[in-house]
Amino acid sequence: MERLHDIPLPDFSVDDPASSDGIVLQGLTKTFQDRKVLDGLDFTINRGETVVIIGRSGEGKSVLLKHIVRLLTPEMGHVWIDGEEITDMGKRNLFEVRKRFGMLFQGAALFDSLTICENVGLGLKWQGGLSEEEIHERACTCLAQVGLSQVEDKLPSQLSGGMKKRAGLARAIAMQPDYILYDEPTTGLDPITSDAINDLILQLQSELNVTSIVVTHDMASAFKVADRLAMISTGKIIYAASVDETRDTDHPMVRQFIDGSAQGPLDVF
Amino acid sequence: MTNILTGIGTFSLNALQNAGRGSMLLLDIVMQMPQMWRMRKEISNQMHIVAVGSMPLIITTSIFVGAVTAVQAVYQMQAYVPMKFLGTVISKSVFIELGPVLVALVVGGRLCANYAAELGTMKVTEQIDALEMLAIDPMRHLAMPRFVATFLMMPIITIFADAIAIFSGYLVSIGTMDVTASTFKEGLLAFFEMKDLLSGLIKAFFFGAIIAMSGLFFGLNTRGGAEGVGNATMMAVVGSCVSVLVADYFLATILFQIIFGD
Repeated sequence: MERLHDIPLPDFSVDDPASSDGIVLQGLTKTFQDRKVLDGLDFTINRGETVVIIGRSGEGKSVLLKHIVRLLTPEMGHVWIDGEEITDMGKRNLFEVRKRFGMLFQGAALFDSLTICENVGLGLKWQGGLSEEEIHERACTCLAQVGLSQVEDKLPSQLSGGMKKRAGLARAIAMQPDYILYDEPTTGLDPITSDAINDLILQLQSELNVTSIVVTHDMASAFKVADRLAMISTGKIIYAASVDETRDTDHPMVRQFIDGSAQGPLDVF
Repeated sequence: MTNILTGIGTFSLNALQNAGRGSMLLLDIVMQMPQMWRMRKEISNQMHIVAVGSMPLIITTSIFVGAVTAVQAVYQMQAYVPMKFLGTVISKSVFIELGPVLVALVVGGRLCANYAAELGTMKVTEQIDALEMLAIDPMRHLAMPRFVATFLMMPIITIFADAIAIFSGYLVSIGTMDVTASTFKEGLLAFFEMKDLLSGLIKAFFFGAIIAMSGLFFGLNTRGGAEGVGNATMMAVVGSCVSVLVADYFLATILFQIIFGD
């Protein structure tokens, strides 16, 4: 049986990341309690594409996503966003970079003391430049875009799981970002709601023309929304290819993951 | 033996690491102080939580602190010291020690639990990450207003607690002991010194800072889920209480042997 070290890793080296558009990750390394979650990870994400990162639970998918916006800082390596290196960037500049990003968190991460409308408009409020009415109007527009209406004055605790995710997505798009990061967007949702979220991702992609990075282990979702699929294992991106290529791939780890089989090169425990 | 040394080494490293992270947190908060005017609404909300929210607790505690001080002072003085000094003993005990320290322990417990549980829950549910993603600095919007409110309100709460405790001691003294109102007042005023009150207020400022830092530090460094929030809350309250008592000794030494020493 082929092991990971028998298979050549894809090459994501970029000659001049400072002049590249999109996201370039170089040699990212992160350790949690003696466990190397990212181990010299390289990857590139081009402007305008939707990349889905798949991998087993605990392989570092969410950790990778948080490194892209420096919610986590790598011990080694670099993150380049549209040619700007952010790993050593000061707080003020970092916040400017983050304004180009929206993020849908796994549990939606809505502020439970604020109404849905206040949640969606919070970033706009502190960014300044808009009146209360304009912020309210923009928040309502974003909520309508994700199919939520009549919930503006409700608290997050009054919404279902799927509605919370949609409200989280409305908050992510309120600042009109260039990039949207999705952390497990369909986890914990029933299949119909999951499919509705997938449709929403596709709809936002076509309407807003954003670059999307989706982290998931839901293969139905991955095949539906992705332009390109990448797989993370042992702290590295071990595979990246288009959806069509991935469907027919004979890469043993990716095949095992897609088939959801306990037998294969990926250790079960 | 090796295990003991390893344990001591690990404990020391953790303590040093936490001291470093605590110092960085304090520095981050201080760096946000110029934004106090912009954050005045949130600071005012937090002041309300610190002061008004603590009032029932303060009133109850202070009444019994004053009462028990009076009863025990009478018991200790009855054979040796004239009762005209009862007011002196109660006021000095309350101003210098009981007022600031007991307020810090009681209010500290309440506030530390509040800060650590609230921020800890925000941390484990990724709400703090969500703030960062909206380019909203958690230091400015969460930590600094709580720190400033606690730091500024603790001396005010302490003055209030002092007044209630002394009045309660006065009522117990004249109501249940063989002490007249004029004797109590004579003792209270005869040896009153402004430095007694001041030393208590200086302590209250420091205790306010310790309470806020403990709640914020453990809250913002919460890991895991519900268990993590529980641990953070417990550590914040314990850390605050122990730190207040340790700081009390050092502050007493500095205040009464150096600053106000004759």
